Amino acid sequence: MGRFVVRRLFGTVFVLFAVSLLTFLIFNVVPNSDPAARMAGKNATPELIASINEEWGFNDSLPTQYVTMMKKIFTGDLISYEGREPVDERIVEGIPATISLCIGAAAIWMFFGILFGYLSAVRAGGWLDRTLTIVAVAGISMPVFWLAAILLNYLAYETGIFPSQGYTKLTENPLDWAYHLILPWVTLAILYLGFYSRVLRSSMLDVMNEDYVRTARAKGLSERRVMRKHVTRNSLIPIVTLFGLDFGALLGGAILIEKIFSLNGVGQYAEEALANFDLPPIMAITLYGAFFVVLFNSLVDIAYAYLDPRIRLGESAQ
Amino acid sequence: MSAESLLSVRDLRVGFVTEGGRLQAVDGVSFELTPGEVLAIVGESGSGKSVTAQTLIGLTRSPNARIEGSVRLRGSELIEADDEALRKVRGAQIGMVFQDPMTSFNPVYRIGAQITEAIRAHRPQTSKSQGRERAIELLDSVGIPNAAQRIDDYPHEFSGGMRQRAMIAMALALEPDLLIADEPTTALDVTVQAQILALLARLNRERNLATILITHDLGVVAEVADRVLVMYGGRVVERGTLDEIFYDPQHPYTWGLLGSLTRMDRDRPERLPQISGAPPSLLDLPQGCSFRPRCPHEFGRCSQLPGLEARLADAPSHLDRCWLEPEEKRQRRLVEGEIGLEAPAP
Repeated sequence: MGRFVVRRLFGTVFVLFAVSLLTFLIFNVVPNSDPAARMAGKNATPELIASINEEWGFNDSLPTQYVTMMKKIFTGDLISYEGREPVDERIVEGIPATISLCIGAAAIWMFFGILFGYLSAVRAGGWLDRTLTIVAVAGISMPVFWLAAILLNYLAYETGIFPSQGYTKLTENPLDWAYHLILPWVTLAILYLGFYSRVLRSSMLDVMNEDYVRTARAKGLSERRVMRKHVTRNSLIPIVTLFGLDFGALLGGAILIEKIFSLNGVGQYAEEALANFDLPPIMAITLYGAFFVVLFNSLVDIAYAYLDPRIRLGESAQ
Repeated sequence: MSAESLLSVRDLRVGFVTEGGRLQAVDGVSFELTPGEVLAIVGESGSGKSVTAQTLIGLTRSPNARIEGSVRLRGSELIEADDEALRKVRGAQIGMVFQDPMTSFNPVYRIGAQITEAIRAHRPQTSKSQGRERAIELLDSVGIPNAAQRIDDYPHEFSGGMRQRAMIAMALALEPDLLIADEPTTALDVTVQAQILALLARLNRERNLATILITHDLGVVAEVADRVLVMYGGRVVERGTLDEIFYDPQHPYTWGLLGSLTRMDRDRPERLPQISGAPPSLLDLPQGCSFRPRCPHEFGRCSQLPGLEARLADAPSHLDRCWLEPEEKRQRRLVEGEIGLEAPAP
């Protein structure tokens, strides 16, 4: 376990370095990304642009600019080009909304994804399975922005059952917090729910054909126990992988959902920064998102070792 | 015999609906088993031997399966039994061991937990520590060294032979009267095979454990069986005692199986004799005798299916499905002094 953590830490540093370098380079080769010109405004004089270049260090070589920016990210001194505000403050402000969105949606999609997948597999070929298949495929096929728009139109604007936008802090008013998040949760969960139930279904159908399931029946276990103890646990392994990767990626910001429901989370900030070619927040949010992806990858590996005793952490595959 | 019969199988038929059409995997299998007896069911892949064995405890039940006939264990019918009644038979009265010990244990639970689970499924009042003690005792009795420590191992920490021993221990956890062993030695090394067979023979002797041994290996049969059932294409083609099958085989398919064994008491042949052709597809069985397309002794009558009958005056328990006259069979199979499928010289 110790070796595993150390190896993963090195891996994380390397991944974050590579991601930051790529983001920085891509930004600098994209046409129209010259920050001084954008900051100076439409009718800027060459003198103004020159002074901005001087003041912000845009005349330095790219490696110097990169190093300066990375330093500022880790000391919390990063200032955005657009609006000239501290980037870390905006991100910290956005984190509660993003995490609330992700955890709530994940709870919904994991619960129903596993429930639907289980029922589909147990009743494979029956009417319940067919119905759930249609539901799942519909969920996978509906684009988030479309589904969000439909839900907003019917459940917020026309009937007023739910608020159409905004985020209330959990610490301020838990009921209001949940009330504002229900539509975003449901929208996001539907996207993943169908996919997860399909994956679990096929994984369970595979496991049901395993020899050890036949052994479990042959020793006189009830069908319910065979399914719960011998089929479901072994079938959850692919779900755990998917969940780790999806959840890690979402914590970096659910851009579309946050934007549509104006949650002011990290994802919405990312969208703003991208629209404005605002490099400092783009760099910071990319690193922040990459960090969660890497972190959850490691957590998936730990969960694997727990679910399958044949896997030992810290040993290289030989 | 039926008075002391442990298991009585009558005209067992198992059909499956598949994408390729309906197939009859088992077509009218009957046999009796007395307490302590070892019956070997022999045949190639697709002969229906494993399906027969698994159907005895309802493992082939599915919406796509049609199961007919009768399986009576001490007089109670298992084919018609509901799921709960069948569950109580599985493990408790009939233990089962499967072919591949590598995949027959659940890889994510410890060996001991899997054995204890079997005990507690039938005796819910057993505490976990009692179950554990019993599991150690069982592992010890099948020859696992250091059972008290090894009980907490995961299946992948056991060798193949040890896993099969542990499978047998688990099958015996509730002291069943009958053990069904479905190719228990096929996946093992030859030396380990011999150990497992010796273990099965010892259990049979010491506990008077009746055993149905499914195998394609006649060497295994010769070691342990009392009686033999030879299956081909879902049907029994020959049935008799071990001696009857080995010393006076009546069906050309049995000749082929015996002829393809290597023998220590003969010179080594250039090539090991083999049965030409491939086993028939169950979706497309030939009319009449299903061995007909591969049989060098085929003649006109073979297009009708022969019944499984006693054809030898001096051996009423020796049954076979072949139209040839017994005297004719004896002459033909002794061509060149070898049991085999060589056609007679013209």
